[in-house]
Amino acid sequence: MKAKQQRMMLAGLGLAAVAAAALLALSALKDQASFFYAPGDVQRQGLPLGRAVRLGGMVEDGSIKRQADGVSIHFVVGDGVARVPVSFRGIAPDLFRERSGVVAEGSFNPDGSFTATNLLAKHDEKYMPPQMAGKMHETTTLKE
Amino acid sequence: MASLHALANPARFLKLARPLTPALFWAGVVLIAIGAWAGLTQTPADYLQGETVRILYIHVPAAWLGMGGWSSIAMCSLAYLVWRHPLAMIAARAIVLPGAVFAALCLVTGSIWGRPTWGTWWEWDGRLTSMLLLLFVYLGFMALLRADADRGGDGRIPALYGLAGSVLLPIIRYSVVWWNTLHQGESIGLTRSSIDATMLWPLWFTLGGFSLFFASVVLMRMRTILAITKAEARMRRMAR
Repeated sequence: MKAKQQRMMLAGLGLAAVAAAALLALSALKDQASFFYAPGDVQRQGLPLGRAVRLGGMVEDGSIKRQADGVSIHFVVGDGVARVPVSFRGIAPDLFRERSGVVAEGSFNPDGSFTATNLLAKHDEKYMPPQMAGKMHETTTLKE
Repeated sequence: MASLHALANPARFLKLARPLTPALFWAGVVLIAIGAWAGLTQTPADYLQGETVRILYIHVPAAWLGMGGWSSIAMCSLAYLVWRHPLAMIAARAIVLPGAVFAALCLVTGSIWGRPTWGTWWEWDGRLTSMLLLLFVYLGFMALLRADADRGGDGRIPALYGLAGSVLLPIIRYSVVWWNTLHQGESIGLTRSSIDATMLWPLWFTLGGFSLFFASVVLMRMRTILAITKAEARMRRMAR
């Protein structure tokens, strides 16, 4: 075997070893590295009670109810698998809308509802001018 | 491969690089100017994000070049380790600074966009964290290149690092697929785009423009490194 081919083999083997190590680390992180729980995850794995977590999904159509005090909001987050009622007190971001993605920071209550301390709007990958918005607004970002 | 071997001769490389540098630079500047003008004045605002959508025309090229820069470093490292190409590590040294600058620009523009859109400057989600790691990998490579040169190394250790760092690239690319992230999924694929055509076209100008600009900066830096090496060699001869 020529020296050049030997070096190519070594480089290839080294790269494969590093990639395999990274892959193992990533598969171990599979569940921990997610930024939020989707309602379906909670249904599958049980409620993560007693600690601060994030809940992400779509704000269901017609579910946003603003209370008389002006700062309390109730809404329902769904992902097509399960639905979680959320209550929040505070200022929601501008892009917090129905049929749009949201990530709520807070904790679950024993009855399966969620109390949020902060809301983040999740934007999907669709970009379009205002006149085209409307029926195309259905988003597919939150798959599974 | 034959053409790459021809470039192993620095004199031949310089003969090609000298006219190519200003040509790439000015072509890049013109494309960036067209893209910026069109992106700022000719495209509609987004139905949800409003005017903040326009940061896309710099954020996407910055992300592309931040990751493309490291792909190039990895290829240079491989060329150096396997074929001992004499210009390979010089090219890697030339790429590391603009690559790091564009990776940082990607993080900064993303953060500026995230504040009005998501309601936060920074969150530790998969995409944002892995991109920040890439910036740190760039900074580590800079330090390693300098340490290797100071100790009179032949560049083999930095080349190994350059190769190993490339495992981060697929992680960044697929972070939005593997994990739930705050960052949205991929908008532009090989065959389709979920960005409306009326808003997309200036992006091709800024993408091409920044890429040409990047290439010209790399050539400038390679010529500088070659000139410094030559001057140092001459000084050593004179000192004898």
